[in-house]
Formats: sequence, C-alpha cells, structure tokens
Amino acid sequence: MTRFALRGLFTRKLRSVLTAFAIVLGVALVSGTYVLTDSITKAFDSIFQNVYRGTDATITGRNAIDTNASNAGGGANTPSFEQSLLARVRALPDVKAAIGGVSGEPHLVKNGKAIAFGGAPNLGFSVDPKYPQFSSLKLSRGAWPGPNELVVDTGTANKKNIRVGDTIGVQALGPVKQMRVSGLVKFGSAGSLGGATLAGFDINTAQALFDKRGKLDDIRVAARPGVSPQRLVAQIKPILPRDTQVRTGTQQAKKSANATNSFLTFFKTFLLAFAGIALFVGSFVIANSLSITIAQRTREFATLRTLGASRRQILRTVLIEALVVGFLAAVVGLFVGFLLAKGLFSLFDSVGFTLPNSGIVFKSRTAVVAILVGVLVTVAASLRPAVRATRVQPIDAVREGATIPETSTPRRRLIRSAGLTLIGFAALIYGLFAPGLGTGGVLGWMGIGALMIFVGVALLSARWVPSLAQVLGWPAVRIGGAVGRIARENARRNPQRTASTASALMIGLALVTLVAILAAGIISNFKGAVDALFKGDYVVTAQNNFSLLPRVVGKTVQQTPGLTTAASVRGGDAKIFGKVDQLSGVDPTIGQTLALKWKAGSQAVLGSLGSNGAFTDDGYAKKHHLHVGSPVSFETPTGDTIHVVIRGVFKPPAGGSPFGPITVSSALFDRSYQQPQNLFTFINMRGGESAANQAALEQTLKGFPNAKVQNRQKFIDNQISGLKSTLNVLYVLLALSIIVSLFGIVNTLVLSVFERTREIGMLRAVGMTRRQTRRMIRYESVVTALIGTVTGIGLGLVLGALLAARVKNINFTIPVGSLIAFIIAAVIVGLLAAIFPARRAARLRPLEALSYE
Amino acid sequence: MANLGAMAQNGAVLVAHGVSRRYGEGDAAVDALRDVDVSIEGGKLTAVMGPSGSGKSTLMHILAGLDRPTSGSVEIDGTDITKLDDDDLTRLRRDHIGFVFQFFNLLPMLDARENIELPLAIAGRQPEPSWFNQVIEQTHLGDRLSHRPSELSGGQQQRVAIARALMSQPTVLFADEPTGNLDSAAGTEILDLIRRSVDEAGQTVVMVTHDPYAAAVADRVLFLEDGRLVRELVGPNADDIIGAMKELTAR
Repeated sequence: MTRFALRGLFTRKLRSVLTAFAIVLGVALVSGTYVLTDSITKAFDSIFQNVYRGTDATITGRNAIDTNASNAGGGANTPSFEQSLLARVRALPDVKAAIGGVSGEPHLVKNGKAIAFGGAPNLGFSVDPKYPQFSSLKLSRGAWPGPNELVVDTGTANKKNIRVGDTIGVQALGPVKQMRVSGLVKFGSAGSLGGATLAGFDINTAQALFDKRGKLDDIRVAARPGVSPQRLVAQIKPILPRDTQVRTGTQQAKKSANATNSFLTFFKTFLLAFAGIALFVGSFVIANSLSITIAQRTREFATLRTLGASRRQILRTVLIEALVVGFLAAVVGLFVGFLLAKGLFSLFDSVGFTLPNSGIVFKSRTAVVAILVGVLVTVAASLRPAVRATRVQPIDAVREGATIPETSTPRRRLIRSAGLTLIGFAALIYGLFAPGLGTGGVLGWMGIGALMIFVGVALLSARWVPSLAQVLGWPAVRIGGAVGRIARENARRNPQRTASTASALMIGLALVTLVAILAAGIISNFKGAVDALFKGDYVVTAQNNFSLLPRVVGKTVQQTPGLTTAASVRGGDAKIFGKVDQLSGVDPTIGQTLALKWKAGSQAVLGSLGSNGAFTDDGYAKKHHLHVGSPVSFETPTGDTIHVVIRGVFKPPAGGSPFGPITVSSALFDRSYQQPQNLFTFINMRGGESAANQAALEQTLKGFPNAKVQNRQKFIDNQISGLKSTLNVLYVLLALSIIVSLFGIVNTLVLSVFERTREIGMLRAVGMTRRQTRRMIRYESVVTALIGTVTGIGLGLVLGALLAARVKNINFTIPVGSLIAFIIAAVIVGLLAAIFPARRAARLRPLEALSYE
Repeated sequence: MANLGAMAQNGAVLVAHGVSRRYGEGDAAVDALRDVDVSIEGGKLTAVMGPSGSGKSTLMHILAGLDRPTSGSVEIDGTDITKLDDDDLTRLRRDHIGFVFQFFNLLPMLDARENIELPLAIAGRQPEPSWFNQVIEQTHLGDRLSHRPSELSGGQQQRVAIARALMSQPTVLFADEPTGNLDSAAGTEILDLIRRSVDEAGQTVVMVTHDPYAAAVADRVLFLEDGRLVRELVGPNADDIIGAMKELTAR
C-alpha cells in the first residue's frame, strides 16, 4: 500500500511538484529566518567577546532606569562617572591592569559630507596603546593617535579613500573639528564591524569630543594571574561609588549582546509571522489541489476498495502521500531558506553592512523546526481531502462519473461556515476591544480570530462565486465573445473549487489591503497632525529623521540672520509612574512654532513651565488621573528623582505630537540629564519659507553634517518616507503569500484542464483554435484571481475598519489608489498563472483528447 | 460455519433469497430487482443475461456486496453479507470475492506484477510462488510482468485483471462485461481463460454479459427481465441463448 501511494506520487509528478511548491516557500522563509538570525546573533556575540577581550571585570555607570537603548559600542547608554575611580581601582591588590574609556557617536566628515553606510552606527571610543591586552583593535598602518588625532577602521578608509596623514572632520557634541588620521585599524580579524564607522582617539581628545571631561564611561580591569573574575569583582565592589556597578567580562559581553538579541528576537518573530501566513495560504492550496486530485481518482480508490482495501488503508494512502510531499517540500524549503539567508548576507556585504566573518550558522533546531512545520502543515491540510477519499464507495469502480457523496446538507454546511466566521469575528473583536489584555493576548485573540474568519469566509465564498464570476466575467465575455463565455462558465461550474482556489489569494489580498488601510490612515493623520500643530517655517532633525542631535545644534542655528525663533524639543528616557517612557523638554519660545489645543491651561503654559512645571496630553492625564495642579515625579537615568506640577493638559491631534507623555522646560530637562539632546528644533524666519532662508540656515549648520534643515512639506515627506519603506517590507513579505496562491491557481487550472481533456478536444474538434483555447484558460484564470481579490479587498476593508476603530492614531481611510493597483496586480497574477496550463490545454490534439479515457 | 454442511449438500457457495432493490422514492421509485432467488453453484461458470435495464448489473452488485438490497438476503460461504458493516465487508472482499471489470480498472502507476499482487498486498499477505506462477502461466503474462497498463493491449490488460482476481483464490469471481471493451479475438481469449479457470482450478465465476457468444461458455445462464429472474438455461450454446433473448425482447 505504501508503495502504491509513493508510486502514485511519482506518476503525478507535475501535480505533486506544484502542490509541494506551496510548502517550499513557507518553509524557506522559516529556515531562512532562523539561519539569518542565528548567524547575526553569533556575529554579534563574537563582536562583544572581542570587545571585552582580556577583560576580567568591567565597571560602568549604573543606569537607574532600565532603558531599551542599544549601543553596539557598549557602555555609552549608561551614565558617565568620575575619572578618579580609575586610580583607586588600579591600587587594588588583585588588579594587574585597568584602563578607563569613553565612547560616543562621532560623525566623520570628508569634503563637507558625513560618512555613513546605510543605517549602520558611527562608533567612537578612546584607545590606549599602552594597554594592548584590552584592545580589540589592531593597528594595520600608521600609528596610534596622539592629541587631536584619530585612527579609522580600514573598511571605512578603503571605501572613502582615507589615508594616513589625511585631515578629516570629526563632529560629535560640538561643531566639526579637523583632525589628522594617524593610523588605520582593524576590528579583530575583519576590516570593519557591520558597516559601522570606527574611530579611535586618545583619552583626552575623546573626552573633549564627547563632552565628558574628567569622566569615564567604563573601566576595564585585568586580574593578577590566579585571581578569578568573581574574586576580582568582589574586591572592586566595596570601593565603587553609588552610581557605578561592576560585572565580570563575560557578564558584560552578555549584557551588551542582550540589546541586539532582543531586537533580533523581535525581528525573528516578525519574519516567522509572515512565514506562518505563507504556510497558512499554502495549506489552502494543498487542501484544494488534493481534493481535486482525489475527486479525479474516485475510480482508483473505488477499485482499491473492491480489491479489499479498508477505509483506514485509503486514509493512510492519502496521508502517506501528503507526508512524503510535505517532507520533500520541507527539505527543499530548508535549503532554499539557507540559500536565501546566504544571499541576504552577500547582499549586506555588497551594500557595506559587513558582518564579522563568523560564518552562516545552521543549527539542527532549524532543520527540525522547518521539516516538522512543513510536514505538519501538509498533513493537516490533507486531512479533510483524505477523509473524503474514504467515502468513496466500492461500487464507484463500475460507475461512470461517480462523485464522492457529501456528508452534510448544504444548509448545515452554510450554518457551520457562517458560524465559524462569526466566532472568528467575535474572537477578533474581543482581542481588539476587551480591556486588560496584554500585547500577547491581543495578538493571540486577533490571530485566532483572523484564522477562523479566513477559513470561514473561504468556505462561505462558494455561495457567491457564481454571481461574482458572472459580474467579474463580464469583461471577458465582452472581449472574448463565446470563448469568454465558456471561460466564465468554467469558473462557475464548480463553485467550491473556484472558491477554494480564490481563497488562497483572498487571504493575501485581505492582509495587503489591511496594511494599505493602516498606512493610509497613519499618513493622513500624520499630515493632519503637522498641519494642526506646526506653525513654524522650518524644522531641524537628524539626517535619519529620528536620531537625537546635540544641543549645540539648536544654539548654533540661532545665529542665522533673519531667524526670529528657534525652539527645540529634547527627548530622553525617564521612569514615570513606574514605567520607562519618554520625557520631553521644550524651550520657552516653543509656543511661537507650535500651536496646541488645550483642555486645561493655555498656550501660555509653554512659555512658563519654569523649574517645576509640566504638561501632559489628555489620554495620559485620564489614565493617571492628572489635572492642573497634580504633582508628578519621575526618575532620570542618573537616578535623580524630579518633582513637577502639571500646569496644562493638551489634546494632541490623531496623528500624535512631538512630545512624550510628560513635558517639562528645557532648563529643567538639561539639569536632569548628563547629555541632553534635541529631537527637533522648530524655526521661524523673517519672510517665512524661501530659498534664501533655507540656504542661510544650511550655511549656519554647515559644521553639523548630521543636521537636516527641512521646510514643512519636506518634513512631512521625510517622516512619511520612513513609514513607506516599512510598508514596502510588509508588501514584499505578503507578496510571498500571494506567490503561493498564484501556484494554487496554476495547480487548479492544470488539474481542470486534465479533467476536461475530452471537452477541450470536443471544442477543438468543432473549430476552436489553439489561441482561443489559450485565451479560454487565461480568462478563467483572471476571473478566479479577481474573485479572490475582490473578496480579499472586501474582507480587508472590514478588518481595517475594525482595527481603525480600536487604534486611536488611525483614521479609517480607503486607499483607493492602492486598491486599484491591487486589482491590476490580480489580473497580472491571473495571466501569469494561466501561462502554463493554457499551453498544456492548447497542446492537446483534438483526436487524442476525444479518445482519452 | 454450521452452514458449511448444508452448502456442501447442494453445492451452492452463494445464495440469494427474495432480493429486491428499489431506487428512489415515491412516484420516481424504480424497482431494479423484484424478489429474486438465486443460488450459485461452486466450481461452475454462471452467466447473467438480460436486456439493458433488466437489473442484471444490479443483481451482480448485490451478490458481490457492492450494493445492498432493499429487502432479502445474500449468503456467501454461509454469511449473510447484507448484514455486514464496512469493516466486515472489506474482509469479505479480501477473502471471498474477486472482480473483473469491463474497463479493467488497473492502477496505471503500477506494473502488471504489482497490479496482480495488489489484493494480497492490501490484505498484508505474501503471494504463494507456485500459485503465482500457475496463474501467470495460465494468463500468458510471463513476458509482460514489468509493463505498465498503458504499455499493454486491451486483451493483455484484461488478462492482468483476471490474474489479479485469481491470485487470492476467491470464493466467487465476479466478471462485469469482461469482453465488453475488447475486440472479438481478445474477447474469445478472455472467455477461454475464464472457462479454463473454472475447469482447471474449480473457480466459481459469475459473469454479467449481454453477448450471447460470451454467455455460451457458461455452464448455466440466468435471464433477467424487469428485475425478475425469468428463465434459466443449463449448458446452452449460442443459438439457444439468442433464441431465449429474442423471446424476451419480443414479449
């Protein structure tokens, strides 16, 4: 029996391969995700091991609040501490050597332009050639830096043609300083570190550059021989001031890797979610192809029954087939995923984001998960068709055109699928609106709900397929005449089959529509928010639109001739009501550039926050029962607790505001943070927006290559462009599901052509040309694709409306342009899917087709 | 197995009592069989004939357990098969029933040998080499065993089908128009093969046919009309059968 099942697969090679493809893509995404994230994790682990080479213990500042900020350089996200600690550490008996360092983010400037590679960071730190045992850098040319000199990594030097002896600009917290390149260095064995620019300075230069005079970010300690890191740590602990802490080198490396790892975990979950969607769509394709195949094999199964096969044996035969297809597809998917990850690495490499060569990591877990997932999804998808196969009666072996009996009445099926859909919606709505669900709960309920809705609608859609095909097939009939009419009727004759085929596409389209709706809502809201709030002429932000800029930028810009107001918004982490949140600080003149809508207090609050005033938004005020006069306290990273009083409550527009939940004056902010930095500087100019004013502002900020002067429209465009690239990533990932459903259409059409061999032969015999045959299949394909698209868009709109009702930052907007684009894309999908089946149909010779049995 | 003795006495391996079969309900109801009594003798070739719509196919389906009568009973080897559930029917097919179909119903992905061995494989049994060889010799398939059905002529395919049916040495072999899809030379060959399986191996065969020349190889021919058993000829020749058929259609 097993042999029979396997032999069957082999004779139906084409069908099996087409079916398997649905799984290959999904599994490839699963395995690719694992290989990619494992490899990146390993690369970063090795980076941090390298960074803390020769270090038995590390002393850093103590961050009073646990921020999520990540910094590959390590240490810079903790507050700095007094340099005097270093001498006391060196005096300890078990300390063999100790070195103090500072770090920051300097921009290297060549020919007036900041050097940056994609989104990779710019890392700067002090180096001390007297203690080579701590250094992860190796000098490859020139000398270690003296005062006002620097070393640059060979990767950056090669790409930007920087040579020893050149003078380049360096800008961190002050204006650009010209420095001499004393040498080139390598990180470990690699020329660079993930595309980041590396710059090393002597300690005094670094302290000046990063505004940390007399301070250190970390002290690294090596123990005397025979002293364990634990003992060393125990010895250091008693002499530490309150604002510092000590860890063993290994602990510190792990701690530093944590930030990257938590990002990677998110990244992994994100990609796996899309792999899950592709597999879910794939399961539809498999279930559909399998039930068509089984219907076509009715006589075969009946014959097996007459030869003494039991129902269980029939079930087993079908499931073994599924198991084998699933397994082979999963194995192929595993390797495709591996190649995908490898390809991505090469791509990173070619755009300059070179990871230290730790090689591609292929864990056995990747193989196990990928294969398990592939097999389980395939087998689960084949359960229903397999059970159907067992209903074949032995007597069907002698009957012409026997069909498998349905177990339940159409009415009961309707009730079941409608019920499933409704329960799905109930679960989704519960997830969206039930109070007190955590993020996991919300996503869980929504996911389960969406899953049930998709299955339910797929089952239901057979009901409206005939009428939908009638409408959507109208252009085909108009253009194709008789051929178009046959094509349309072909799409209608087996509603269940057309519905299942279209459903795979429906899922992808529903999700794509949902994304488009959310994006349109966010974009229109953001525009609305800028229009409502922003009364100024220009905004200065970092080049990447979200990084912080040093305070000096806001001060420098004030020297621009013709400037009337320059008001900055600072941003930093603080612990407010026990939660890490963003604290904002505003200059007193901010009211001249921003107009807020006040629920309590007035615009005058902005200028009179003073040393203990604060304002909040109405949502936060409601949540924490705040009103004018309420005291609020928060803790800053250095551990200081600040007490303020609410002076005003404003109502932010739907698109949000530039402020965190609590905003104080910039004066108070600057007293509370070691290195206060700006998110935005809003500017008014005499004469408003003009080319001359823009040029004047840019001229003043010439020394700050990371600062970007934008007028209102540019500001909106730049902020939205970030969103749009995120959107494109989502579209690309969802496109995978759509490709899977495209294969579903191919599969159904191939099977239908096979089934209608005799009919096509008859049509050919009565005069249909090959061209017309091809066109007939093509129309049917497009009609099927359109059915899926229209159903998907409809469902996507419903889901989008529900989501928009829940998320306050999103207005429900119908993205008409995108939807038209989706419909055009669907027609293209239909045409692509038809190529192969149409060719097969056209190749049939009339005579052979008629004599086919 | 108390019935074994009774069976041995009258030599019948398959006995049907008062079998009726009604399709549909109410006004649209059609009686395909009306109160038919049949007993099939072991080691004999019995042909069932009748004009189309006479119920001969229905009778065969019910005798073979493919269909259930509306009323009446069918006993094979002493067991009333109309009372069996699906599992027991499956077991009955494995042990007692062989089929030969008009359209051969070979599995296209298996070669001739695999097709022939399939019923045993399904039942989880090993073919007995001597019996296998004997069947292959009888069906002249020695040089065709590794061929797929698509590589065989119609006659050869039907020989494979007969070999497949004979392999499990069923109590009764049912042949449904076995020559209906063959040219006359191949048809003669198949009839000859069926006849010899009865003569040489004592196989019991029930054959449904509308071809008088095919029926002429039978030991006994049953005639059905309008769902009733109307006549019976023992050891007839083709002319007798043609005559009987003419009488039936003339009435």
